[in-house]
Amino acid sequence: MAENNATVETTESTETTAPAVEEKGYHKTDANGNKHIIVDPITRIEGHLRIEAVIDKDNRIVDAFSSSTMFRGIETIVKNRDPRDVGLMTMRICGVCTGTHYQRSIEAVEDAFNITIPKNARLVRNLIQGALYMHDHLVHFYHLHALDFVDVVAATKADPKATAVEAQKWADMAGHAPAISGVADFKAIQDRIIKFVKEGRLGIFGNGYWGNNAYKLTPEQNLIGVAHYLKALDIQRDLAKMQAIFGGKNPHPQSIVVGGVTCVQDIQNPARIALFKQILKEGTAFIKGAYLPDIYMAGTAYAKEATDGSQAFHATKHKGTLGKEIGGAGGGLLSYMAYGDFRLDDTGFYKAESFFKRGIVLDGDLSKIHEIDESKITEDVTHSWYEGTGAPEHPYDGTTNPKYTGLEKRDDGYAYLKTDEKYSWIKSPLYDGRKVEVGPLARMVVNYVSGDERTKKYVENFLKRSGLPITVLFSTVGRTAGRAIETEMIADAMFDWVDELAKNVASGDLSTWQDFDFDEVSADSKGRGMAEAPRGALGHWMRIKDGKVSNFQAIVPSTWNAGPRGPNGEIGAYEAALIGTKVENPEEPLEIIRTIHSFDPCIACAVHVVDTKGKELAVYKVDPTCAF
Amino acid sequence: MSNNKEESVKKLFTTQSASVNTNRGESYYAELYAKCQKRLDELKQLKPLNNRMDFLESIEEEGLDRRDFLKWASATTAMLMLPASFTPLVAEAAVLMNRVPVIWMELQDCAGNSEALLRSDGPQIDEIILDIISLEFHETLQAASGHQAEKQMEEAIEHFKGKYLLFVEGSVPLGMEGYYGTIGAKAETFVDHLKRVSKDAAAVVAVGSCATYGGIPAAAPNPTDAVGVMDIVKGKPLINIPACPANPSNMVGVILHYVLTGNVPELDSLLRPKFAFGYRIHDNCERRAHFDAGEYVEEWGDEGAKNNFCLYKVGCKGPMTFNNCSIIRYNEGVNWPIGVGRGCIGCSEPDFWDKYAYERPMANANIKAPTGGVEKSVDEFGLGLLTAAGIGIGIHAAASYVAGKKEERGEA
Repeated sequence: MAENNATVETTESTETTAPAVEEKGYHKTDANGNKHIIVDPITRIEGHLRIEAVIDKDNRIVDAFSSSTMFRGIETIVKNRDPRDVGLMTMRICGVCTGTHYQRSIEAVEDAFNITIPKNARLVRNLIQGALYMHDHLVHFYHLHALDFVDVVAATKADPKATAVEAQKWADMAGHAPAISGVADFKAIQDRIIKFVKEGRLGIFGNGYWGNNAYKLTPEQNLIGVAHYLKALDIQRDLAKMQAIFGGKNPHPQSIVVGGVTCVQDIQNPARIALFKQILKEGTAFIKGAYLPDIYMAGTAYAKEATDGSQAFHATKHKGTLGKEIGGAGGGLLSYMAYGDFRLDDTGFYKAESFFKRGIVLDGDLSKIHEIDESKITEDVTHSWYEGTGAPEHPYDGTTNPKYTGLEKRDDGYAYLKTDEKYSWIKSPLYDGRKVEVGPLARMVVNYVSGDERTKKYVENFLKRSGLPITVLFSTVGRTAGRAIETEMIADAMFDWVDELAKNVASGDLSTWQDFDFDEVSADSKGRGMAEAPRGALGHWMRIKDGKVSNFQAIVPSTWNAGPRGPNGEIGAYEAALIGTKVENPEEPLEIIRTIHSFDPCIACAVHVVDTKGKELAVYKVDPTCAF
Repeated sequence: MSNNKEESVKKLFTTQSASVNTNRGESYYAELYAKCQKRLDELKQLKPLNNRMDFLESIEEEGLDRRDFLKWASATTAMLMLPASFTPLVAEAAVLMNRVPVIWMELQDCAGNSEALLRSDGPQIDEIILDIISLEFHETLQAASGHQAEKQMEEAIEHFKGKYLLFVEGSVPLGMEGYYGTIGAKAETFVDHLKRVSKDAAAVVAVGSCATYGGIPAAAPNPTDAVGVMDIVKGKPLINIPACPANPSNMVGVILHYVLTGNVPELDSLLRPKFAFGYRIHDNCERRAHFDAGEYVEEWGDEGAKNNFCLYKVGCKGPMTFNNCSIIRYNEGVNWPIGVGRGCIGCSEPDFWDKYAYERPMANANIKAPTGGVEKSVDEFGLGLLTAAGIGIGIHAAASYVAGKKEERGEA
């Protein structure tokens, strides 16, 4: 465990230090002929993200840097407030993974107060969180990610008849009825697209990378993708209603309180339960009849890159890992961490059996699961715009002060990250001195390696039906596939959860809230909420004194994935996933955004808070007994 | 609580609520009708910005017939507080909506309003409206990244100079010379970006609590010195659509109103459209009778909670909050915070994180819950109840329409 993984061999890093010989707009060329390009804004994500990549003469990414360019300061803002109100505020960290920060903060308080919530409350929270996964993953795949695979313009050349046959083929492979199957349906959608393309102004599709060779689908497959993109706009609206049924609204539900939930009327209303199930049923049908078949389709089309070891991070000069050579393009670190999610019984936090397991898998070694030691989580600010000691600190220990050192501005106004210094508002979290990846793929890997039978069944089913090797999962498209497999797994499980809720209510249990003596428990306590967001491991830590929050810290999935280099050059998941990848056309960052999108960035979440007045912040003294 | 806050609360409950005039007399409406008609005729003369598809055709594609569409138009007319005779104009305005280019800008945001836009619930045709306005730039949705994305915005600004609506989501950090937020290859600060892109907009629409009044980043101690758009953009028609997130019906309502009249809708002193923010949550709350009867939820999950009693004592700020949630609800009318027994946190009001968003009643709020009946509260709340009820009935048509459609689909 102590062995260090991904580090830069500094002696070789000439590319970034060589003087630029040509500087033009968003890129510059150095003496080695390497292009250093800026991609800002990265679109189709939550938040403000910049990627800079160094691309060599063979069009291979040899270095990459990830930077967040915005922050707000929510951790400072919740200090000195009533802990019962903090969940609503931290939820506003993100409107996309909406509700998940809410639950983590509420759980941190419940952990501090030693409250075990009633069964109904646990089930309602699981349903709200499950609905979020379904909604979020679907919107991510179709509306934030699909245009990296699907060429909208090429879809105009498809033969609708052949498209229907093609759609049937992939649905058959997935083992489900296709969501859209009629020739006339595909024809109508195509006519719509043709009209749209003909008039020139493409709105949100404008200036896309249409025609780039990195689009590998056939015209018919592209038309399937476009058809599902449009249909998914409808489906997501319905899926969001599942959260609203028990949460009041989406985005930003409101029914969760410290001690339980407030929607006691809704759980006893059979019409509510019925509507929930109806939407769940329709949503699941679309997931099985469109989302999964499209993953089989994309997985097959991109299998070559996904299993091309020469494009893997570990094949590059950024070595030092124990990688088992299972990764391809976009695979990145191959070390995965998950905190676990969805409690399945009422024994309480961190005791209950959970749907997603907790653990770490290192360096692609699928034979061993490591237990998480919470004291080994640290954060470093060597390359982040904060003052620090230079050594990684425990996230709850010490002070955090801003130290914005800006970008290097050129005369023509273009600005580059100072990558040797500080270059992001995101901190650099480490586990035992190493970078790890979090997210749906991490959850699938951790569950799989933990021996979870359900996960094995779903993953093996996918591999068997697609005929793809397991190595395909350790890549850009594999990350995307992991998310889809997880979505199906959750959707199937939610039928049981909603039935369990209905049955429990029918048995006469209407309890939704656990009473507690606020004055007593809030005098001096601390707790943490550690579970998963759709994007990966999410932790909130809170210290409470005299009824007020005296300290609050969050380490979120995109902090783990999008963080800049560590103190010894440890490379984060985004940067590692980009390095080694070949690009078709350095002028068009299609491969870059595809890989970045495969992580589903949520950058507003990832940015740590600073107290801009330079006051002491985040003096969350670590008490080892608190964290375990 | 500071004296200042006490004063503002007292003021709230002693002054008249925003005046919502539902009947301005025949001559007023005749004039407005003629004006709208003229405006629509003008729009029809314009070359379409994007003739992607025929609107009515696309409605049919969605399985809606013309009758359904007119029903929707009628509900929307009521929501906009216009007489029923305006229904054909509203329908026509919807058809013409593709002529309004929209640039959507995200600053210190959480994308919650973008997500809300995706849930747009102009009954059944939300996605069509999305499709049909000319959405020129929207970071969360657009295909292009990097310099291709920047180019897309520059082109739109140039091409639609003086014609585009600029929607802004998120607050504007002014601390540290604006460097708490930058965008683009030139690392332009958010504040400079906003100033530049708003310059050539026809009107600016601030969407959500952050863009309107600073929202969560501006909550005490406001670490980044965040402000709302109205503190930066001057000399432009500006509309605030607050709430966290803003209700997509209100976003669509503003666009429709603009297409219909060429003007921004009538606004209150906080620049909120009166059609949406003209009355309090409390005025049309489904639990209002329990307030009047003195029946309250005393703690979460109690007998009161099981019986849908009033949430005032567990912190509901519906009496202080101007918004139309109690009528149009969220997610196609499926539910709303008071519906799930939580209570309103006042999210459409300035500084609500510091003033309202907690699960206790306001100290010294000076609200005396009437125990003997309804009447007394009317004056006490400075509420034009009859007017509000009238609007309520009209707007309720929209909600019932949604509910009706659901029943037809067997969802209710």
